Amino acid sequence: MATLLEVSGVSVTFDGYKAIRNLSFSIGEAEMRAIIGPNGAGKTTFMDIVTGKTSPDEGRVIWGEKSVNLLKMNEARIAQAGIGRKFQRPTVFEDQTVHANLLMALKNPRPSFACLFYRPSTRDLDRVAQLADEVGLSDALMRMSGELSHGQKQWLEIGMLLAQEPRLLLVDEPAAGMTLAEREHTTDLLKEAAKTRAVVVVEHDMEFVRRLECKVTVLHEGSVLAEGSLDHVTANPKVIEVYLGR
Amino acid sequence: MRRSFIARNPSILVFLACLALFTLAITLMSEATGAGLISTSFVKTLGKTLCLCLVAVAMDLVWGYCGILSLGHFAFFGLGGYMVGMWLMYARTEIIVAGSLANAPLPPTPAEISDAIGSQIFGVVGSSDFPLIWSFAHSFWAQMALVVIVPGLLALVFGWLAFRSRVTGVYLSILTQAMTLALSLYLFQNESGLRGNNGLSGLQNLPGVGAGQDAVSMWFFWGSALALALGYVICAWVVSGKFGSVVRGIRDDEARVRFLGYSVEGYKLFIFTFTAVIAAIAGALYYPQAGIINPGEVAPIASIYLAVWVAIGGRGRLYGAVIGAALVSLVSTWFTGGLVPSIRLGFYTVDWVDWWLVLLGLSFVLVTLFAPKGIGGLVDLITDRIAPNRHGADYGPDKGALREGEGRK
Ligand SMILES: Nc1ncnc2c1ncn2[C@@H]1O[C@H](COP(=O)(O)OP(=O)(O)OP(=O)(O)O)[C@@H](O)[C@H]1O
Ligand SMILES: [Mg+2]
Repeated sequence: MATLLEVSGVSVTFDGYKAIRNLSFSIGEAEMRAIIGPNGAGKTTFMDIVTGKTSPDEGRVIWGEKSVNLLKMNEARIAQAGIGRKFQRPTVFEDQTVHANLLMALKNPRPSFACLFYRPSTRDLDRVAQLADEVGLSDALMRMSGELSHGQKQWLEIGMLLAQEPRLLLVDEPAAGMTLAEREHTTDLLKEAAKTRAVVVVEHDMEFVRRLECKVTVLHEGSVLAEGSLDHVTANPKVIEVYLGR
Repeated sequence: MRRSFIARNPSILVFLACLALFTLAITLMSEATGAGLISTSFVKTLGKTLCLCLVAVAMDLVWGYCGILSLGHFAFFGLGGYMVGMWLMYARTEIIVAGSLANAPLPPTPAEISDAIGSQIFGVVGSSDFPLIWSFAHSFWAQMALVVIVPGLLALVFGWLAFRSRVTGVYLSILTQAMTLALSLYLFQNESGLRGNNGLSGLQNLPGVGAGQDAVSMWFFWGSALALALGYVICAWVVSGKFGSVVRGIRDDEARVRFLGYSVEGYKLFIFTFTAVIAAIAGALYYPQAGIINPGEVAPIASIYLAVWVAIGGRGRLYGAVIGAALVSLVSTWFTGGLVPSIRLGFYTVDWVDWWLVLLGLSFVLVTLFAPKGIGGLVDLITDRIAPNRHGADYGPDKGALREGEGRK
């Protein structure tokens, strides 16, 4: 399987604190990967680096079959290249309707002039309706997204992520604030997405990770501690010590 | 879901209807075209007010919708005025000069005419040569194009530099203030070629037009009303639809917009330049009604007033900007015109010419604290639009983001 994203030897220091140390990570084109690790392990910072929010002190981040250097690109261009992201704290446009949020995320030309003259096609509207249905927000399409519950905002953001049709989905703690049934539904959605694209899921909940049935990367103090199947890494004594034993 | 633009924004029709009624009423009451109930100078005041409403709409677009608190849009307004003023002054002086030289024994050469116009216009600053920037002043169309090009280009270059380096919030506001200050200081110099602190004058006289000021004032009044109507509809169109979604997204959380793949800088630059052009057109209609423009007009404080109008009227809704600008500027004319009787307290006399600014400042503070939706928020009482209780949370992490009370259900 061809490699889609290749992160190698990356380090980041915040005010003298090494949040990421010599981290290497790679993921294939249609692969699901879970990242686990204790609080402060650097999971979110890893996503910040890949999406261009934080630039590392050293290391390389290489993308796609053309081996583009992501470190030379800004956030918007990285997103256009096909990397979509869901934030740890659900981040949606609260003063706008669910419909507007989804429409904005939909994969369509991004330049300002194209956007100015854009009128939603029937196909786009159908797609929005379909996405809303998938994430259970059909009845809330015309509601202001600021009015949604925490869990619904998570759903909306997942919907926005899918709407972008990215080649790589970076999903930071998608299940927080969801009921058990909703969590199961989220796993299904992510597994479905991983059939055609790469998905990286950060999650604390072990049951959730188990249901993803995928390779797991354990982060600790900014570098990879272990990698492999869930059973494999949870049997690792180092992992038990830093993570599970607590 | 795919209703027409007007159907989605009924407030546009209401606004246009109000504006049309107002224009009709003034037309019927004016000296030139109606019963003569109101003076020509009042028609001019109202015409100027319409221009101020237009620049306020532009301000609302850039601040209320895009979250860029520009404190420099009056610079573009002033520049538009200067550009139009250059043609007005040149063309009128040319007619006067041609008239006086026609009696000379020898027909004047073009160079003589040009010299005579130059010494007429620049005599006050002790010069008679045309500066380079007047190269197009003889041509109506070229100078009208400059009304849009000069402020537009300034906004484009300034915006490109500022947005590219991701200057936001207070720093951007300060930068825009610095820009207006620099522009007004430059214009104050005699060497600027725009007659220093004398500014351009006699702009109320349209060259080659025999009609009296009463008629001319009505033409400009109609022109201003039309410009406001068009500007309003275009701005409303720009902020509707997906473009509007992105722009409001930038206001509330620009980082999130970037992660969706939109180039925030491009959008900001578009809005900044577009609103600068609207401001310039408003200025180009305003100053012929005012009759004079001088560097004091682009002083930094003018742009701050503009933000105050929009805040008092209610930002993030175009009619709010219109209400704010119309109300505050008319009330201000009333107070500063010495029309409001002073209050004698025995030990002190409150003279409104001096105290008006205090009153304005106080209203600004009160509106910001207690009525974040501004006067335009009163409309919500009719339309049942209520701001949800968000327990003090704003609508996004950015400085320009909607505040709790400004939202809707
Ligand atoms: N912008 C920043 N400035 C300073 N320190 C930061 C910054 N971002 C992250 N850090 C620090 O880097 C470390 C890693 O943070 P990160 O958010 O990546 O952890 P995480 O694995 O996502 O944790 P959690 O499970 O709590 O979400 C933490 O110690 C955090 O305090
Ligand atoms: Mg995190």
